[in-house]
Amino acid sequence: MEVKAKGEIFRVSGPVVTAEGISPRMYDVVLVGHEKLMGEVIRLEGDKSTIQVYEDTSGIRPGEPVENTGESLSVELGPGLLRSIYDGIQRPLPVLRDSMGDYILRGVTAPGLDHTVKWDFKATAKAGDEVNGGDILGTVQETPTIVHKILVPPKVSGKIKSIKKGKYTVDEVIGTLEDGTELQLMHKWPVREPRPFSRKHPPDIPLVTGTRILDSLFPIAKGGTAAIPGGFGTGKTVIQQTLAKWSDAQIVVYVGCGERGNEMTEVLTEFPHLKDPKTGGPLMDRTVLIANTSNMPVAAREASVYTGITLAEYYRDQGYDVSLMADSTSRWAEAMREISSRLEEMPGEEGYPAYLASRLSEFYERAGRVETMAGDDGSVTVIGAVSPAGGDFSEPVTQNTLRIVKVFWALDSKLAQKRHFPAINWLTSYSLYNRVLGDWYSENASEKWSDNIATTMAILQEESELQEIVQLVGSDALPEDQQLTLEVARLLREFYLQQNAFHDVDTYCKLNVQAEFLDVILYYKELAEAALASGISVPNLTGIPVLEELGRSKFEENFIDLLPKLRKRIKNEISGLKED
Amino acid sequence: MQKEYKTIREIAGPLVFVEKTEPVGYGELVQIAMPDGSTKRGQVLDTSKDIVVVQVFEGTSGIDRASGVKFLGETIKLSVSKDMLGRIFNGAGEPIDGGAPIVPEKRSEIIGAAINPYSRASPHEFIQTGISTIDGLNTLVMGQKLPIFSGSGLPHNDIALQIARQAKTLGSDREFAVVFAGMGITNEEAHYFMSDFERTGALSRAVVFMNLASDPAVERLITPRIALTAAEYLAFEHGYDILVILTDMTNYCEALRQIGAAREEVPGRRGYPGYMYTDLAQNYERAGLIKGKAGSVTQVPILTMPGDDITHPIPDLTGYITEGQIVVSRELHRKGIYPPIFVLPSLSRLMNAGIGEGQTREDHKQLSDQLYAAYAEGVDLRGLVAIVGKEALSERDQRLLEFSDDFEDRFVRQGREIDRHIGDDTLELGWDMISALPESALTRIDKKIMSQYHPAYRDKNKK
Ligand SMILES: Nc1ncnc2c1ncn2[C@@H]1O[C@H](COP(=O)(O)OP(=O)(O)OP(=O)(O)O)[C@@H](O)[C@H]1O
Ligand SMILES: [Mg+2]
Repeated sequence: MEVKAKGEIFRVSGPVVTAEGISPRMYDVVLVGHEKLMGEVIRLEGDKSTIQVYEDTSGIRPGEPVENTGESLSVELGPGLLRSIYDGIQRPLPVLRDSMGDYILRGVTAPGLDHTVKWDFKATAKAGDEVNGGDILGTVQETPTIVHKILVPPKVSGKIKSIKKGKYTVDEVIGTLEDGTELQLMHKWPVREPRPFSRKHPPDIPLVTGTRILDSLFPIAKGGTAAIPGGFGTGKTVIQQTLAKWSDAQIVVYVGCGERGNEMTEVLTEFPHLKDPKTGGPLMDRTVLIANTSNMPVAAREASVYTGITLAEYYRDQGYDVSLMADSTSRWAEAMREISSRLEEMPGEEGYPAYLASRLSEFYERAGRVETMAGDDGSVTVIGAVSPAGGDFSEPVTQNTLRIVKVFWALDSKLAQKRHFPAINWLTSYSLYNRVLGDWYSENASEKWSDNIATTMAILQEESELQEIVQLVGSDALPEDQQLTLEVARLLREFYLQQNAFHDVDTYCKLNVQAEFLDVILYYKELAEAALASGISVPNLTGIPVLEELGRSKFEENFIDLLPKLRKRIKNEISGLKED
Repeated sequence: MQKEYKTIREIAGPLVFVEKTEPVGYGELVQIAMPDGSTKRGQVLDTSKDIVVVQVFEGTSGIDRASGVKFLGETIKLSVSKDMLGRIFNGAGEPIDGGAPIVPEKRSEIIGAAINPYSRASPHEFIQTGISTIDGLNTLVMGQKLPIFSGSGLPHNDIALQIARQAKTLGSDREFAVVFAGMGITNEEAHYFMSDFERTGALSRAVVFMNLASDPAVERLITPRIALTAAEYLAFEHGYDILVILTDMTNYCEALRQIGAAREEVPGRRGYPGYMYTDLAQNYERAGLIKGKAGSVTQVPILTMPGDDITHPIPDLTGYITEGQIVVSRELHRKGIYPPIFVLPSLSRLMNAGIGEGQTREDHKQLSDQLYAAYAEGVDLRGLVAIVGKEALSERDQRLLEFSDDFEDRFVRQGREIDRHIGDDTLELGWDMISALPESALTRIDKKIMSQYHPAYRDKNKK
């Protein structure tokens, strides 16, 4: 029997409403006021229940009714998620537009999935099979490139009594278990509860991004966690969007959490026209968008990251490699802060609630490469942008995030201002996956991979030390070999590390191209050092025309074919130089 | 008739606490009758069965326990009409130009609901401001929100006025209607703006809202919302392209801080409320285009950075919301350069969508990248020169150093009345300056563009 209770509003303070007369459980969803605004119970105290409301509360009065649904905040999981754009609580934005126009008004509920579309279901399980939660019942072709596996809901198990195939909507019965449980193409799952899996694998396969500085210097593993902190305008969103486009995840969940409306529009207009490099299908076919922009209600912003990660886990459970981009986790933390301050909770650092750290770690903990309940391999990689106040990384959200994530891509305002993009600081960033992934790269990209990366990092490190001297005395005062090091470092920075996300070719660099490109630059270093030792001057070595050519060639479609020729030219031009 | 309560329990700063009321709606408009017979307006900030907290727009001075409080049963609305064009209002939306009251075509909620992201159209149309540093290097696009980060005593008002006067689209020569919101500005500033609007005839296609420094601070919190409500109405119901100028957002944020303190809220960074980001976003995000609708709302908010510090919460949170920023520099101002726009920390994030073939010119992007890079290098070298002397620089570096001075002197500097065309003036000037650099330094420009636009080649190619 459903326990529903009715009570009434006692107090309204922005997104926080206090009700009396209901006795809900924590995190139950309640409907607030005559307009039935959706909210969630976040505190119980005496006979009062405190509710965060996902919609604007203007005009709502004490005394209006409050109704407990007895359910916790859940999402609908089934075919039709891909290509969708949702708000923070999984209401499809196109449906909201149809029912309330161009502005987001309130009091409209809309199911996450379209309940009228019929999907062609092919059963793979059969009557008599013993199934458990997470097992695969069959498939639906969700988009031209993605096959959606229909799963037994996690907490259900039993023997299949009957199973059908053919065209069904998400809520029609496609089969039953012996105990009478009905199976559908969709099921619901509460967003705040991690979905179960059999066990976690160590993350030892990289998520290949096509962004040189990431793959080469600071790689992330499938199932790993990364943070991108940076001041405004340093490139967080561009990196997230670039990864959403080109990384080798099979499914992308992109959460715009408290950011700009125009950025979501950009994704919506761009993605349907871009091709997934692996499948050739439109990128939108593998993407789910969640848009809770900065001017939408804060409580729904708080929920949006949970909605996002639950959808991501659901595709992981189907055996896919999923990546979740959250832009920006700071806005989520601020939503927590705002709600917490309305609750008059004891504030922690900079007004953030004391539970900030645990919420962050619970969230990132939901990443991972796992063996699914069905015995497949799936992963959720979580990449969170962080927007530190004043660009200062010592603030609580950045610091607490860094304690959890394994990869740190530090964006640097100075680099961004110099238009060095991606503005990732190569001296302060790190990846704890570097060691484990090294083997994979050596096997799959190039044998020299690890050595070349080590050399590159050493040169960049040395450069930064030399730059301090140069600032004081100018570069002419340095010994010649160090001047040459500066030149090699410049090539690495300007040619290799800089990458224009808006250039059709440069935006994505395949691994074999990365390996060869880096090797050619280091080949120059080797020959130039030898030539220097035999008496050739630095200006001659740094003035050879092939270097400029190398810088321009990376923008060519056939760059990989040009690289061997450039390598030869380096050899010829250096050996053509005479001693002064 | 609404009931009048004489149950004020407490008055603190801009807040009035009223008890024993019937249920009052959150955000509801409040009217307070003072002992002297005048009235004040306010808004409900917190409502419960026990007590209602009211924020009074005109300040609480003169209110006593015996004052009557009426709850008006609706949230704050603005009467909007096309007739608002050419009119001047106070910061709460009441006419102050002696003209007739506005006959409303509609009454709109001033707390704008969020535009559904799915309903938005991407901004893509170039706006020519006639200012080279903006058009050439930090292009403004219709529907964008691009703030001016300035400092006290710098000529940001002149820049705003120049943009308001000169802004147009190229192909259709559509002109903009201006919605102007002054928040906490001095009488003198207000006068300066008004006389310029009158002198140039701009007033006839402007709607002006003025909250002066002497007006109550709390009123400032509704001024931008009122202005944006008028802007959205004219844009999306009458098809106008609206340029909204909000000045000075710093005063707005100070008012926000004051309310937070009065409510004894837990303060966020440097005493500003933790929700300031959301609050600012609710204003700034009211820029944009809507699919299938003719008009547009473009925003140029102006703020003065306290202590010229760009990491101060006001510019910082603004930068996190807007689509770039135009930075005004005290150093350039001291050098006597107008407009003292410092292009290096400035950025228009939507620039690429608004420039290039069919919009401005195909060479725009590369030329602008090159100008930026060369200027940045030149400015960098200034530091080194101070240490090692000019003679120690290479030939190439000396030319870059000279370029950076020339750039400030000719490209950045332009008169207050000078309206430069993007192609004929701004880009041509850029090419002229860049041709003083050795060609080997022009790495951002490809061969094709060089041969067509570089002064050394283009004339030959034309023949
Ligand atoms: N890889 C890149 N290639 C070229 N340009 C870039 C790149 N990354 C960033 N940019 C430039 O920097 C600008 C700002 O980037 P972005 O919008 O990603 O910043 P952000 O860190 O998300 O800022 P905010 O915190 O304000 O959202 C972009 O509009 C673009 O001009
Ligand atoms: Mg961003």
